[in-house]
Amino acid sequence: MTLFEGVRSALTSLLANKLRSFLTMLGVIIGVAAVIVVVAIGEGLKADVMQRIQGLGTNLLMISPSSRSGRHGPVVRRGRLTDDDWEAIESKVTNVSAIAPIVQGSVTVKYRNRTHASRVLGSTPDIMTTQNLTLAAGRFFTTSEERSRARVVVLGSTVVEEIFYGRVLLEETVRIKGVPFRVIGVFEEKGGSWGSPDDQVYVPLSTARQRLLGRSTLSTIYVSAASTKVVAEVEESLTQVLRRQHRVRNEEDDFRIRSQEEILTTMSETSAMLTRFLAGIALVSLLVGGVGIMNIMLVSVAERTREIGIRKAVGARRRDIQTQFLIESTALSVIGGIIGGIIGIGISKLVGSALGWTTVVPLWAILVAFLFAAAVGVFFGYYPSRKAALLDPIECLRYE
Amino acid sequence: MSLIEVRDVEKTYTMGSMAVHALRGVSFTIAPGEYLAIMGPSGSGKSTLMNLLGCLDKPSAGTYLLDGEDVSQLSDDRLAALRNRHIGFVFQQFNLLPRANALQNVELPLQYAGIHDRREKAVTALAKVGLADRAHHRPRELSGGEQQRVAIARAIVNEPAIILADEPTGNLDSRTGRDILQVFDDLNQTGITLITVTHDPDIAAGCHRVLHMVDGKLANDVNNKRPGGEAP
Repeated sequence: MTLFEGVRSALTSLLANKLRSFLTMLGVIIGVAAVIVVVAIGEGLKADVMQRIQGLGTNLLMISPSSRSGRHGPVVRRGRLTDDDWEAIESKVTNVSAIAPIVQGSVTVKYRNRTHASRVLGSTPDIMTTQNLTLAAGRFFTTSEERSRARVVVLGSTVVEEIFYGRVLLEETVRIKGVPFRVIGVFEEKGGSWGSPDDQVYVPLSTARQRLLGRSTLSTIYVSAASTKVVAEVEESLTQVLRRQHRVRNEEDDFRIRSQEEILTTMSETSAMLTRFLAGIALVSLLVGGVGIMNIMLVSVAERTREIGIRKAVGARRRDIQTQFLIESTALSVIGGIIGGIIGIGISKLVGSALGWTTVVPLWAILVAFLFAAAVGVFFGYYPSRKAALLDPIECLRYE
Repeated sequence: MSLIEVRDVEKTYTMGSMAVHALRGVSFTIAPGEYLAIMGPSGSGKSTLMNLLGCLDKPSAGTYLLDGEDVSQLSDDRLAALRNRHIGFVFQQFNLLPRANALQNVELPLQYAGIHDRREKAVTALAKVGLADRAHHRPRELSGGEQQRVAIARAIVNEPAIILADEPTGNLDSRTGRDILQVFDDLNQTGITLITVTHDPDIAAGCHRVLHMVDGKLANDVNNKRPGGEAP
């Protein structure tokens, strides 16, 4: 019997029990579809994050406070960034094109009866350079406005969408945490969905601190190196300056400096790990599908005992019987895999367009899911087929 | 040389802790072209003997030579190949594959013989039993007699030396049964050795030779003198 004939006869017998075959495949269908959807969303998230981070300046270094353990035990000391640090960097670190100290916090933005929960970012005009921001209309605040704690605000595109219905209304007054601000500019959309700068409002640093957040420390300091070549050098001298500032000698630093490259790596590693973890769970459902196949194959072997007897009587060898049932179980899982693959790709596309998420279905995910499904069919079909092959022809022919 | 040579064959089953002696030393030979019946009451060991002759089972002791080859020592797969080439089975319940049509059922032994051009041979075999026009019917669309003819076509398609029939008319009315026996007679005329296990004395009466089994032993070996009964 050739392989082609084997496949044809397997399909014939699967078609004889259409509903049962379909229900058996369902486990594999769901498993494969789940793997593909999970990977598609994960890969989409990764691409999204990458795009967002690459939108920031390429020479960017981000300084943020970090916690460290106390000198004499596990007491956690929270690091702080202050204006002194900022000034020290400004005076002592060379090859720097822009320094933007930042404070951030959650606020509500209100215009007439429209309210929108957003984030405020207080900084100096240098933030335009470090974050690669582009204005769609109006202007950014000036250094003198920053010094005088002016109540002026530049809005991200999402905020404009939410409170102005997308209209550009310069010189209007919006209330941030109840404090009236004059809108002086609007940013161009930057893209990216999670925590995008589009959903932020930018105000002068001093204004944010005193009128909105009531905080004297800094959340972050963005430093743009003068060129890509000097990023490492700048990072090194930043570390030295901040250590001296914070009197860090032999203990852990109480701050962190991350370059854009590091953030990219961390982000992509994290999302890859998450994707793998979720895909792993989805693969488990494939295994469960395999158990379903084994179950039905055992039933099928029992039901077809007489057929096995007839085939053996007319000359089928063990291998012939085993191959026949293995082809059937593999056909179940492979067809399930194909259907699941199509459904998975469909759902990924649907999720992409319905929720506005970026989804990417990589070829490797389809191949892995499909091969795994086929392997499941062979693996879980082996025992039932072996059982069928070893049946005694006399017993089979006597079987009612 | 004899086609079948059975020497001191014993078969013992264990059922639970009990040993059942189904065959207690049976010896006989069958020449090519014989037309022979095996008779005996239930439990006499005739089915066991049938299974052994059909290479579906191996003897516990003694030797069974099929066409000069000692079958007692062969592996399951070698036995399968022997059944495929040398033996055609006809069962009381017909034992056709319900989802396959007549032609596909007849092709089955050829499939396991690894023959690729099966259609023609299968059609010829069906024609021999007078069912050429029913080739594409499934078993449930055929009468009992027609089903048994398909089974006979399946048994002869690979041109075996022997046909083993187990109560071939047991599920048929007497007229249809006679038709089937006529098919057997015709096949025997072409040189095929026919061995029938039966309760029916009428069938046995039509055979050239009758082996009577009692309690796992060969009680009687009767030669019905019938003109023209010898092998060609």
